[in-house]
Amino acid sequence: MNDHIYDFSQLTRHIDESLRAAMSPTWAVVVELVIIGLVFLTFYALLGLFLVYAERKVCALMQNRIGPNRVGKWGLLQTIADLLKLLTKELVYIERADKFLFNLAPFIVIIASFMAIAAIPFAKGLQAIDLNIGIFYIIAVTSVGVIGILIGGWASNSKYSLIGAMRSGAQVISYELSVGLSLLSVVIFSGSMQLSEIIRSQADGWWIFKGHIPAFIAFLIYLVAATAEINRGPFDLAEAESELTAGFHTEYSGIKFAFFFLAEYINMFIVASIATTMFLGGWLPLHIDHWAAFNRVMDYIPSIVWFFAKTFFIIYVIMWFKWTFPRLRIDQLLTLEWKYLLPLNLINTIVIAFIVMMGWHF
Amino acid sequence: MSEVIKNYIVRENEDYIVNMGPQHPSTHGVLRLELVLSGETVKQVVPHIGYIHRGIEKMCEYDTYKQIVHLTDRMDYLSAHINNEAVCLLVENALEIEVPERVKYIRVVLDELTRIASHQLWWSAYGMDLGALTAFFYGMRDREKILDIFEESFGSRLLHSFNTPGGLMHDVHPNFQKHAMEFVKYFRKKLPEYKQLLTDNVIFRNRTQGIGVMSRETAIAYGVTGPSGRGSGFSCDVRKIAPYGVYDQLEFEQILYEQGDSFARYMVRMKEMEQSLNIIEQAVDKITDGPFTAKVKPIIKLPEGEYYQRVETARGELGVYVVSDGKKFPYRVRFRSPNFSNLFVLNTIARGHLIADLVAISGSLDLVIPDIDR
Repeated sequence: MNDHIYDFSQLTRHIDESLRAAMSPTWAVVVELVIIGLVFLTFYALLGLFLVYAERKVCALMQNRIGPNRVGKWGLLQTIADLLKLLTKELVYIERADKFLFNLAPFIVIIASFMAIAAIPFAKGLQAIDLNIGIFYIIAVTSVGVIGILIGGWASNSKYSLIGAMRSGAQVISYELSVGLSLLSVVIFSGSMQLSEIIRSQADGWWIFKGHIPAFIAFLIYLVAATAEINRGPFDLAEAESELTAGFHTEYSGIKFAFFFLAEYINMFIVASIATTMFLGGWLPLHIDHWAAFNRVMDYIPSIVWFFAKTFFIIYVIMWFKWTFPRLRIDQLLTLEWKYLLPLNLINTIVIAFIVMMGWHF
Repeated sequence: MSEVIKNYIVRENEDYIVNMGPQHPSTHGVLRLELVLSGETVKQVVPHIGYIHRGIEKMCEYDTYKQIVHLTDRMDYLSAHINNEAVCLLVENALEIEVPERVKYIRVVLDELTRIASHQLWWSAYGMDLGALTAFFYGMRDREKILDIFEESFGSRLLHSFNTPGGLMHDVHPNFQKHAMEFVKYFRKKLPEYKQLLTDNVIFRNRTQGIGVMSRETAIAYGVTGPSGRGSGFSCDVRKIAPYGVYDQLEFEQILYEQGDSFARYMVRMKEMEQSLNIIEQAVDKITDGPFTAKVKPIIKLPEGEYYQRVETARGELGVYVVSDGKKFPYRVRFRSPNFSNLFVLNTIARGHLIADLVAISGSLDLVIPDIDR
């Protein structure tokens, strides 16, 4: 019908063809890479600014407050003001800290989140790289981030930082299993690890709807485990303000702190966009069987709007967790994973494999 | 005594020693806790105090009795009104001043409003200690209403020094009774929110139940009073066991819990807020017309001798001990502050728990640091 009106592949093909007409193929590829890099950098910065603002507004909503409202209209420039403050702050180094590792750690964290964003399908035809093992790649690169946290905690030469980093290590390694297993259930359903394939397999219904109850369980487990993996409340033990002052980034100041801060928000966006892609049909519009008129109206909403609407809904839910629940204790956190989520997840995966084998899903 | 010595271990080289404080988000003031850790397990807690010592007891020796009242504000600033009352009661009892009925009931209402405001602040901060950041704003929202009542009558919101030996500084605002009753109605409606937000939360219960168990014997041995002591089943409410003011004419319950864990201490305070509302309701009706102060000489001189008065603050039993040599300044003043005793039980009940539990335990003891150092 109108499958092509919002297809970004036409735009990208047009750019590609005009570049190839103007220069040699090798240079065309180089220019394309530079363009993609610049687009992502801009997107990354804007997304960070927006998410920080959104978090402060959501937090204010939960806490009977107004939130930022002084800088710019509705406080929209608040994050930029904060950023300027962080940029101009002095970078404090601690005596006997390992300077090389101390400086390296924020970059590892931020590069890990940057790499993951490359494989996310934002809209129809708008994906920087469509690997055939897309979801596996994203899981792999996001877990690199924890190395940065561990290095940062170790190199700070501070006791609070070290405790925070060790907590983070234990936490991320444990919850990686649940994240992987719950995503595996969708991979079993769709029979592919390629993100574009996974989205295509949901054209007649999102996995959360047509995967029976097991898919819903997998979705819930993913939400919990992903919140834990990105060190957000109620699983923010690595930071744990009231116990470890600021955990692994206690000793970081200025722009280096901002890197950790930014990476946290981008990671939140990444896990939300994976949940969207895997369970909620990615950029596909919402279709309901036999409601032809409704479905046609839904089709007219651009795919990029669908993607961001779903993603920000998940982000809102994750923020909602943080501002409602008290923090867990480290042993309770590990008990939750190893004694409840992981066995449940294993059984769930087996049930899904059985459903797919018998062809019971819609 | 041997039990106390046993609690302090000899340091070993591989011990991981962390200084929690004097600047730390969850010590609620300049308290320094020296932690001996093994991994994340707390092997020993050594509190170091004195970072906010102002020598209030010594300063009292150079002040008249009316001036001492103002110094007591600065000890436990969250129970400022009750601290004032301790000194006033001591002077009134020593000189046998007959305080008007009106004053007695206004004092009770103010005591209980102060107690509720203090518990609200504690509830807010306790949520924050456990990572529930939203709780803070709900507690503060309701505390604001009490501070507004204070502001209307006394001009200041926290340290109003409204008590003076013999009565009150001046009369309360004509709307005082009305607004106090409005607050009672308002807060009765809001208390279920506290229950939903924190008390019934699974994570919160798991974080507090069975954590930092203090037996009744330990509470008595360390002199832990107030809600912390009553959470261990230690009947120590001064309002009941040695009534002062008009507490013996009002109906209220002493809340006792037997479990002695952090959750029991939490529940004592939650229930105490309800009891305080009951007390206010009864006392407001009994505020009669009359003078706001008895006739007292401008310079008060206590007869030679020793005097002791104890009151129940929001944190436990506050004792004021005064030795007078008949002059206008006291010879020696000594305060028995509840927080001092409550703090030093920490090592006994927190050993073997994790750092996160230590925060939950010290939060449940509801410490105010300036009261420890004085």
